[in-house]
Amino acid sequence: MTAVQVVRSEWTKIRSVASTVWTLSLAVVVTVALGMLISALSSNEFDDMSRRDRLSFDPTFISFAGMSLGQLAMIVFGVLVVSNEYSTGMIRTSLAAVPQRGTFLFSKIAVATVLALAVGLVTSFVAFFLGQAMLGSHRASIGDAHVLRAVIGGGVYMTLIAVFSMGVAAMLRSPMLSLGILMPFFFLISNILGNVDATKKIGQYLPDQAGSRIMQVVTPLDDDTPYGPWGGLGIMALWVIAALLGGYVLLKRRDA
Amino acid sequence: MIEAVGLTKRYGDKTAVYNLSFQVRPGAVTGFLGPNGSGKSTTMRMILGLDNPTAGQVTIGGYPYPRLPNAPRQVGALLDAKAVHGGRSARNHLLCLAQLSGIPARRVDEVLGVVGLQDVARKRSKGFSLGMGQRLGIAAALLGDPQVLLFDEPVNGLDPEGILWVRNLMKALAAEGRTVFVSSHLMSEMALTADHLIVIGRGQLLADMSIKDFISANSADFARVRTPDGEPQLREKLTSALTEAGGHVLPEQDGALRITGLPLPRISDIAHEADVRLWELSPHQASLEEAYMRMTQGAVDYRSTIDQKEGLMQPLPPGAQPPMPVPGQGQPDWYAPPPPQQGGQPFAMPQGQGPYGGAGQPQPGPYGAPSAPGADGSNPYAQPAPAAPQAPQQPPAPADLTKPEDAR
Repeated sequence: MTAVQVVRSEWTKIRSVASTVWTLSLAVVVTVALGMLISALSSNEFDDMSRRDRLSFDPTFISFAGMSLGQLAMIVFGVLVVSNEYSTGMIRTSLAAVPQRGTFLFSKIAVATVLALAVGLVTSFVAFFLGQAMLGSHRASIGDAHVLRAVIGGGVYMTLIAVFSMGVAAMLRSPMLSLGILMPFFFLISNILGNVDATKKIGQYLPDQAGSRIMQVVTPLDDDTPYGPWGGLGIMALWVIAALLGGYVLLKRRDA
Repeated sequence: MIEAVGLTKRYGDKTAVYNLSFQVRPGAVTGFLGPNGSGKSTTMRMILGLDNPTAGQVTIGGYPYPRLPNAPRQVGALLDAKAVHGGRSARNHLLCLAQLSGIPARRVDEVLGVVGLQDVARKRSKGFSLGMGQRLGIAAALLGDPQVLLFDEPVNGLDPEGILWVRNLMKALAAEGRTVFVSSHLMSEMALTADHLIVIGRGQLLADMSIKDFISANSADFARVRTPDGEPQLREKLTSALTEAGGHVLPEQDGALRITGLPLPRISDIAHEADVRLWELSPHQASLEEAYMRMTQGAVDYRSTIDQKEGLMQPLPPGAQPPMPVPGQGQPDWYAPPPPQQGGQPFAMPQGQGPYGGAGQPQPGPYGAPSAPGADGSNPYAQPAPAAPQAPQQPPAPADLTKPEDAR
């Protein structure tokens, strides 16, 4: 009963602020546009590629190249959904209305997650089809083996990134602090850790590195990752659960 | 009914609220007074279950807030008028609160009308003035038609019309049998609104009494006497004669004397016997604001001092004397009368005046002598004098006003 009320209220909250529309449409536009650009460039370069590179050419994954930037908009969406409560002080009014803090937090996150999933799936399918259109003769088809899994996985990946951000924001409360940690982490640190040989072993267990495996259809030749696409998504889901639990425990214990 | 028992809240080694016990009864407006940082808002948050008390407990209708059945329909609160998302319209803000509490949407339009915001209901609250924000916060508190209402500084930023409206609203809500708990740092405002007063300082209870009792206990009357200017020996003569007769004499800044403990005719007789001419002999009444400031003097956390403006001054050439400040200037409480238990009650309360209006009104001096600044209680909207610097002649604060740490 309370959960239904919170869900209804959170839906009103989420649709009545401009930041929702801005961050989510930015996520769509950036992911699709950058994916198209990189797909077009890759298509032109295909003939100059080495044999090795041609063998591991993954048209599906290339059309999702825009996600490395688009996910940042998803992070902002996730952070703002939760930390807006704290930065405005609404959290006190909300928790006075719903003293069951767990119900409040998880209903709030559920609403934002459903919205993020809808936007993520749309982004993923649009990015795939427009990206493939740019790839011309090197394109993959949605009916090819594992491609549908990768495309749906792309939407799930974007959603999980947003939910992870919500958990982190619930722990940190401040939007500036949350964004200041999450943005450089996903944009820089994770990439560096994942590409430098010395840290690769650790880097591959970071949420975005592990989760993005779901979008790969062709495995790279020298691939030695100890998990498959689903395993990777599972690792990412564990990160998300940990962030949510941390947020819940802190909200439960802390003075609002 | 709100009931706090031994409520204590510590943040690290700072004690925000210490051993606070009080009851807020239905059918009356209970004012919650205290200087800035005295723990009013912390107490309110603990009542609403937002902050967990370190010790003690507070209940509403016998339940701790989190276990109160249907809490948002039982209790409405205005904690912070700025706690709204600026990008959301007033109506949407109230709508999400209504949905959170399972209140139908048509109630939102109703309360918007009650607080007079219906014309800006669809405007973003970012552009709202502080007063409009207060109205929106009050609307949120009224949404569930609750029996218990908490307002934290509801008149901040309101115009006189708004203040009057809030005052009447509080009284009307209480008259309907609801429990109304209003915090403020404006004694003058509370004197007009509240039926009962709870005063705290440094997180401890300083007073818990009806406003009538507070007024009669704290509004000390005094006489102002002025001897001819330029004849200081007359003034000294009168001072010693009055002190001898058991009066309490306090020199005022402009050369007048403030006398407590002697009735007016007696002062006149003593002056006549001492062969001192009087230019002025007038009855006065200290305002509630003064009484409140005297009560909380020892418990003020943030004390303003006189701005010496030394940082702006040219370094003085060697040997030059800096200008001397006028003694007493900028010290709003230098005129404060001693507590009534020392000075006694020389004058009866003026008869025929309401208990609310009467006490705050100063008697104007017969010769247009200005009443002491700040003693003027006729303007309830005025900000209280800023937390005053301690005047050197100030009697030390009573022991129960000291820091909470001392009480342990």
